[in-house]
Amino acid sequence: MDTVLFTFYGYELHVSYLVGAVLYVVLAPFAGGLIAGIDRKVTARMQGRVGPPILQPFYDVAKLFGKEKITVNNAQDFYVMCTLIFMVISGVFFFSGSNLLMMIFTLTAASIFLVLAGYSSNSPYAQIGAERELLQMMAYEPMVLLSAVGFYMACGSFNVGDIVMSDAFSFKYLIGMFIGYLFIITIKLRKSPFDLSMSHHAHQELVKGLTTEFSGRTLGILEISHWYENVFLLGFIFLFFARGSLPYTILGVAVVIVCYFVEILIDNGYARMKWQFTIKSAWIVTLIFGGGNLFVLYYLQPILAR
Amino acid sequence: MKTMASITKSPWIIHYDGSSCNGCDIEVLACLTPMYDVERFGIINTGNPKHADIFLVTGSVNEQNIPVVKQIYNQMPNPKVVVAIGICATSGGIFRDCYNIIGGIDKVIPVDVYVPGCAARPEAIIDGVVKGLGVLAEKQAALAKGIADPTVSGAYRYENGTYDGDGTFLPEEEGDTVIAAAEPQSTDDENGLRVKPAMTEEQEVDD
Repeated sequence: MDTVLFTFYGYELHVSYLVGAVLYVVLAPFAGGLIAGIDRKVTARMQGRVGPPILQPFYDVAKLFGKEKITVNNAQDFYVMCTLIFMVISGVFFFSGSNLLMMIFTLTAASIFLVLAGYSSNSPYAQIGAERELLQMMAYEPMVLLSAVGFYMACGSFNVGDIVMSDAFSFKYLIGMFIGYLFIITIKLRKSPFDLSMSHHAHQELVKGLTTEFSGRTLGILEISHWYENVFLLGFIFLFFARGSLPYTILGVAVVIVCYFVEILIDNGYARMKWQFTIKSAWIVTLIFGGGNLFVLYYLQPILAR
Repeated sequence: MKTMASITKSPWIIHYDGSSCNGCDIEVLACLTPMYDVERFGIINTGNPKHADIFLVTGSVNEQNIPVVKQIYNQMPNPKVVVAIGICATSGGIFRDCYNIIGGIDKVIPVDVYVPGCAARPEAIIDGVVKGLGVLAEKQAALAKGIADPTVSGAYRYENGTYDGDGTFLPEEEGDTVIAAAEPQSTDDENGLRVKPAMTEEQEVDD
């Protein structure tokens, strides 16, 4: 079953990787939408409300696609479409077991297109939202890159496929990276202390921040790209525990569920912080947990292994 | 069609306070609390006209908020529904004789559902929004045939002249008759101007 289709600079395309990529493209929107629905339901329960149906995000997007097309300029729609495309590509890189660094760079490209879409509208709310999105990227990017380096140190490869099949149990070596990643994923998932650039909730000092000028179909496309994004962000958590065997797969899925629940809890427990706090705290966490972990792997592990 | 059903399952609202005493506003916000929890019906308070499907207006219109109400209405993508919350938004209420009050919201933009009350109760507001969903579904079907709500003219009057909504200010000249000031119930003309500097033959004779 798992034959190698071709080899490209050390990357082997297995049939199972190809299946993974296709499954991701087809199923991720459904999984992401479902996760968003469960998120809203759990949030409502935490606040003592009944909450919307689980399928609510799908109703929302279906509605958005049926709305009248209003756009301030055509460039905006193009940029948002690019966000979706690059988001899907980064997910495909991840789920086809290819290079982790490549995935991170395409993910950055997707975020940059979103920022461009915000800037292109010329609306002051969207522009401040876009600036904050850039600041958020500055806050989380170092940690994402460091964790990729960490995986290389632990497993000897940047290829997701090799990491999954590696004999090393990544989490054992990358506990610091894991904590750091959990911290910055709060920014990536747009959860409350760090939902600076666009808010899903009732605080509206920027109207809707980056998404203020998006309406109808454009907003729907952006929502779908968030679903794609969330699925592989959670997949990244899973990567810490993946070892190519069933018990570790179950452990990984369980950790992902627990982590997401904790994110929802944090979302409901915190008010929005200022951008200064976001950058400072994210960089400090990156330095201590990411940098510290890298230090241990680089200097101490060779000594211990001796 | 899927989209036709979904618009009634995901009505996002925007709430604007005209000249309300805040009584109705508090009741609107009460709908969002765990007690009433309108998110059960997929309703989200967006605060952004470009994301909204239902426009909730409390309080009556006055000289100053006419452009605001029109602007919010025009920025909402079709299909859209306007719900006037409270007796002030419906007809001007107890403030209707005030010098600055024009009247209900329907003096400025088309209103689909009226929710009278002083203040309107949360149950009544939710009922009004649910009534609005029926209208929203009809408008969605109409939109598929190319029928959309009109864009309301941005024209409005200042104390010393008229702004035509396209960036031109027409200063008031001697001999202009300000109809709105004399007749608060006057309706828009074909251009949406409430105030016409038109002169009658009699006035010209007088001049």
